[in-house]
Amino acid sequence: MSTPDVNLELDCRGMLCPLPVIELGRRLTDVAVGGTIAVVATDVAARVDVPAWCRMREQEYVGEGVAEDGTPRYVVRRVS
Amino acid sequence: MTNASGTPHPGPGAASPVYLDSASSEPLHPAAREVLLAALDQGYADPRRLHGPARSARLLLDNAREAVAGCLAVRPDEVTFTASGTDAVHRGLLGLHAGRARRGATIVHTAVEHSAVLHAAHWTAGEPVAVAVDRLGRVAPDEVARACHRAPGGATVAAVQSANHEVGTVQPVAAVAEALGEVPLFVDACASTGRVPLPGGWAAAAASAHKWGGPAGVGVLLVRKGARWRNPFPADDRVDERASGFENVPAALAAAAALQAVVAEHDMVGARQSALIDRIRAGVAAVPDVEVVGDTEDRLPHLVTFSCLYVDGEALVTELDRRGLGVASGSACTASTLEPSHVLTAMGVLTHGNVRVSLTRDTTAADVERFLAELPDVVRGIRAEIGL
Repeated sequence: MSTPDVNLELDCRGMLCPLPVIELGRRLTDVAVGGTIAVVATDVAARVDVPAWCRMREQEYVGEGVAEDGTPRYVVRRVS
Repeated sequence: MTNASGTPHPGPGAASPVYLDSASSEPLHPAAREVLLAALDQGYADPRRLHGPARSARLLLDNAREAVAGCLAVRPDEVTFTASGTDAVHRGLLGLHAGRARRGATIVHTAVEHSAVLHAAHWTAGEPVAVAVDRLGRVAPDEVARACHRAPGGATVAAVQSANHEVGTVQPVAAVAEALGEVPLFVDACASTGRVPLPGGWAAAAASAHKWGGPAGVGVLLVRKGARWRNPFPADDRVDERASGFENVPAALAAAAALQAVVAEHDMVGARQSALIDRIRAGVAAVPDVEVVGDTEDRLPHLVTFSCLYVDGEALVTELDRRGLGVASGSACTASTLEPSHVLTAMGVLTHGNVRVSLTRDTTAADVERFLAELPDVVRGIRAEIGL
């Protein structure tokens, strides 16, 4: 269950904060309501900032897993 | 490049810079300046010697100690002047730790302690235990007690700050002390001293003079009479066995004078600052996608922290500075480590686009309005650059 299927995966490896969250904000509407996006990010701030983004933008934070290369992967569901 | 509000380097007629970073360091209080200048000429000698100039220095040092003790409602022999707030934290925490070496092995601390506490805790042989905080940054007393109970090898000391230095949330220190039982409590009071009364229940506590308007290079270590404290560092043969190095007598006296002054004006200044912070909290919350963090009520009077979604903290601080507004940030990109603030992380709030605004005793309503007038434009500008 570490790499659940998602509708869109954003490769944010190597990006520093706040770029992974900016990418997430930009691409949210690329998935339909009910769809999921994974943010794959090496930036340690993403672990806090992706859930915080979900809270502020009223989206659902599904949870954290890891990509195949071991990079943290944060999954978000679009709810609006 | 110019705009309606000012130029990068204010020319004639431009508004003067506004310093909003007193939580990093408060400007020297006028009362401290006067005393410092006088004491520089009077307090140069070695306070341990037996000649006249030495007796003068010793008298000034004892006066400083008594004044600080009076302000903090402690005994003069519980007060030690150290080389800095960090030094006081190290000596206070590690001294209690050393004093209980036979009864325990592990330092327990809240997840939002100042880095001085964390570095000292990690310097010991044991693996310290961090206690989680809630979204406001507050620790639960029973969770501190539980962590002490479960600490590997037994807890030596629990470290709980009086109030958080980044978000201002006041910690339930008295309740923690009660819950702890026999485990001694270390209280880092650097952020709050002179601004809110020192809480009780500690075995040792620390404060920092430049955060209340005294000179830098003066810390205050408090060790409760009867507390089991052992010097964790090499001993020295100074006036005070808990400190080392030649006493900075003029600075200690100036620090004491500043503390007396800020305690005397505390009701008035604190109330004014608290109202201005309420104004900032409301004004900032009106900016889209901004999260104001920390407790709205039970907080330090002079500071507030907020985070702006999609905004780079360094860009934010730099642009505010260009417009004459000096603020701090806990965002990763503003730190040498590239790690976000451990305080914001522990609270689970947005770490990027972070700004901490902290008021000096002279900050005016006009200064605050100027900040609130500039901020939305700065945030909008940075977001526009990335197309959001």
